[in-house]
Amino acid sequence: MLNADKRRTLLLLIPVILVLVGYVLYPTLRTAYESFLHNGAFSLQNYEDFFGTKARANLQALWNSVWISLLSVLFSALIGIPLAYIFNRYEFPGRRFFSNIAIMPIVLPSLVGVMAFMFLYGEAGLIPNAIKDLLHLSDVPFKIGGISGILIVHAYTMYPYFYMTASSALGNLDPSLEEAASNLGANRFKVFWQVTFPLLTPGIVAASLLVFMVSMASFSAPFLLAGGFRVLSLQIYFSKINGDLEMAATQSVILSIVSISFLLFMRWYQSRKDYRMASKGIGAHRSEVSNPVLKWTMVTIGILAMIVLLLPHATLLLLSLVPEGTWTWQTYPTAFNFENYTMLFDTPYIWEPVRNSLIMAFLACLGVFVFGIFTSYALVKRNFIGKNLLDILVMIPWALPATVVGMNLILAFNSPSPFSFGKILVGTFWILPLAYFVRFLPLVVRSTNAVLEQLDDSIEEAAQNLGAKWFYTFRKIVIPIILPGVLSGTLLAFVQAVGEFPTSVLLYTIGNRPISIEIMNQLRMFNVGQAAAYGMIQVGLIAIVMFISSRFLGVKAEKSLG
Amino acid sequence: MNQMSIVHLSAITKQFGKVTAVEGLDLLIKEGEFFTFLGPSGCGKTTTLRMVAGFYYPTKGVVKFNDRDMTTVPPEKRNTGMVFQNYALFPHMTVFENVAFGLKVRKLNKAETKTRVTDVLKKVRLDQYADRQVSQLSGGQQQRVALARAIVIEPDILLLDEPLSNLDARLRDEMRAEILRLQKEYKITTIYVTHDQVEALTMSDRIAVFNFGRCQQVGTPTEIYNEPVNDFVAEFIGETNLLPVTEVQGGGEKRTYRSEALGREVTVNDTPLNIARYGEVDELRMSIRPEAVEVSVNQFSGPNVYPGTVKNVQFTGAAVHTYVEMNEGLTLVGTALNQGPSTYLREGADVFVRLPEDQIRIVPKAGV
Ligand SMILES: Nc1ncnc2c1ncn2[C@@H]1O[C@H](COP(=O)(O)OP(=O)(O)O)[C@@H](O)[C@H]1O
Ligand SMILES: [Mg+2]
Repeated sequence: MLNADKRRTLLLLIPVILVLVGYVLYPTLRTAYESFLHNGAFSLQNYEDFFGTKARANLQALWNSVWISLLSVLFSALIGIPLAYIFNRYEFPGRRFFSNIAIMPIVLPSLVGVMAFMFLYGEAGLIPNAIKDLLHLSDVPFKIGGISGILIVHAYTMYPYFYMTASSALGNLDPSLEEAASNLGANRFKVFWQVTFPLLTPGIVAASLLVFMVSMASFSAPFLLAGGFRVLSLQIYFSKINGDLEMAATQSVILSIVSISFLLFMRWYQSRKDYRMASKGIGAHRSEVSNPVLKWTMVTIGILAMIVLLLPHATLLLLSLVPEGTWTWQTYPTAFNFENYTMLFDTPYIWEPVRNSLIMAFLACLGVFVFGIFTSYALVKRNFIGKNLLDILVMIPWALPATVVGMNLILAFNSPSPFSFGKILVGTFWILPLAYFVRFLPLVVRSTNAVLEQLDDSIEEAAQNLGAKWFYTFRKIVIPIILPGVLSGTLLAFVQAVGEFPTSVLLYTIGNRPISIEIMNQLRMFNVGQAAAYGMIQVGLIAIVMFISSRFLGVKAEKSLG
Repeated sequence: MNQMSIVHLSAITKQFGKVTAVEGLDLLIKEGEFFTFLGPSGCGKTTTLRMVAGFYYPTKGVVKFNDRDMTTVPPEKRNTGMVFQNYALFPHMTVFENVAFGLKVRKLNKAETKTRVTDVLKKVRLDQYADRQVSQLSGGQQQRVALARAIVIEPDILLLDEPLSNLDARLRDEMRAEILRLQKEYKITTIYVTHDQVEALTMSDRIAVFNFGRCQQVGTPTEIYNEPVNDFVAEFIGETNLLPVTEVQGGGEKRTYRSEALGREVTVNDTPLNIARYGEVDELRMSIRPEAVEVSVNQFSGPNVYPGTVKNVQFTGAAVHTYVEMNEGLTLVGTALNQGPSTYLREGADVFVRLPEDQIRIVPKAGV
């Protein structure tokens, strides 16, 4: 006989498993299956095409993706770690302010960020042209585009991963360890390389893996900046646009294999016992910089870093004030007003994408919120066979590049299936909310896991002991305690869903086109101002969510990043 | 008033996979009794307590409250009040709300709830703190909230799992008295889990001593201390000198045992107080408490007197421990109340040690 506890676990697991199988596992397998079809018959032809001599472009794209990602890791680390060290270890005027600015790249959604970079440093960019005019050059001194563009954007958007892990590791580092090393006669250099750095290593490795995965998956930057340069995530999109779904499936499978291996490696790495000790940091001890030359050098670095970091935001704001048709042949925009914002409210055509995005993100997040709580509860608080597998299944959409998630959904739901209640979802309104749901489920499950793990089992037992039934305990004890954490995760998922580009571009219809698609449309029509205004809406939303999270939900802004 | 409960555990075994946490346990806890589970960590105390609370179901055996079979009744239907080691207070509620939770679940009306919560908060002297968030309380106060929350539902049985282990020494003494006071006042059948023998000896009506998932002995504190049934109990409760012995001869009013370590024979009164029950195949141990060991520079008269050399004299305030080396492999400890510096023995002095024949206890070695 199953006892009540086991029955409850089962009851909890059935919907969780159904949803995960239906919307994560089935689409993934469907893609794998499709990759073995050639003109409708089972064959390995697609893989031969991929790796064979016939279509070198694919293999080249895979190789490009890999080395671009390796370089992205390198550059992000080179910026993030020293910055973290300086801002956490030295005390100088403005330090706190600068260290808050350092995480500003995370408030720029990727598509919007790339756009800002294009208009800042690209061919017609403000900076290269300004330098040209100032120095009376005949041509722009530099411009970003292609590989350099992708790398610069990656370094800018991904260095915060390194900055934040290194900062928190430095904050948790017991200063007495370094003091002990100095006391034993090690000089500053030795202390850093033999004590501090080894203690930072686990965090740095984790951040490297993460950045590698994120840049393998990166879509917006290559999409806007690559020119003729090919990367794998973009190849999938081209195959799909050209109607070669089987090749798109094959490319997706290859990219999935890389990503999932990384996910598994990362799980293994983090479950390994490392030598970080439990001793809580006794507050970071910062060296007061007394040497005036050094001090003002630091301040200068801070100010320069701040300018570079905030220029994209400023550019976006500036561009959003440029009305349509006023910036065509001129080097610099000539007119500024709020037209792009007011049009949001008085022109239905302009407002529509915003409304679509908000509605679809809301629907997805409602699902993610409810479903994420139950999934996380099952994962953290229940014991059952196959738990590890379920955990991996939940994390798959996080590890998979968004392009692949989009392809999986296309291949799974462009024909009727039991999971879509016998309907075809591709081409309908519902496919995008579903895609957002799948994409951002891991984010909410992870943030919920984190709070549930903090919740001692004895709290629930105490309620039960006092006579409360399971569901009453769940509603009155568990939910209220974990709510802030779950909400902040869900809000973050919401703003990311509002800005989501890669799955949107694969799955949107005219009727439900979201903001990111409309940004592309406006750019195509050279209406930069409106595109930037849409971008500002997203930045504003993200800023509001971060404020709410840190102010009312007690969650640090840095924590909210994946 | 409370309906009090008898707790009856019969032939309880609990396994977690391959690990047997509790084996063949029979216990009868009487109405209104303060009953303690005592034993080293990992011996199955918590597991047993959680089977009474209903968080675990026994692999074998029956749990009864009075005559009701509770073996597989879920925890929320058992009406026990449990105080957790980490208190398990609900962090999002005030002191009042925490204490009122059990009453709310029982659908008591507002007015009644308020009186009862206020009452019990007065009892634990926290009525001033009703509206505080629990995180703003000190450890001792949190402990009292946990206690109040468990008591206010008028449980049939009060269960406490090492409730004092997170408190510092002074607070522990204070809370010990507080728990006893409340238990006597409400006359609730109480099961108290601890690994601290002083706590067990001072608070309990009766104690069950556990080791490796088995109950070694059940008895009052004096029984447990003075008449341990085996060497584990003798050694775990209090300090003792423990030597392997073999029986030489019985009969009459005395029995004689031989200790290889001592290289001599030992005479013991043949009474139940001095000789525990043992079987023919049991290995035997002789136990004598340090406070019973007499040490002097002068020769004693009578049996069980052996020469030795003072190794070390340890002054602890109220008592003085004298370590006497009998031979290379054996040192005995004698403890005496402090009578001033003139009575302290000199290290290296040749002395005589007497083991009074009415103070020795012969016990079998505990089977595992
Ligand atoms: N939930 C569990 N799963 C597996 N083993 C357990 C579990 N709870 C307790 N045990 C094992 O049962 C034994 C007794 O544990 P416990 O009752 O907690 O001891 P105590 O409270 O006396 O320190 C230990 O060996 C422990 O490892
Ligand atoms: Mg225990």
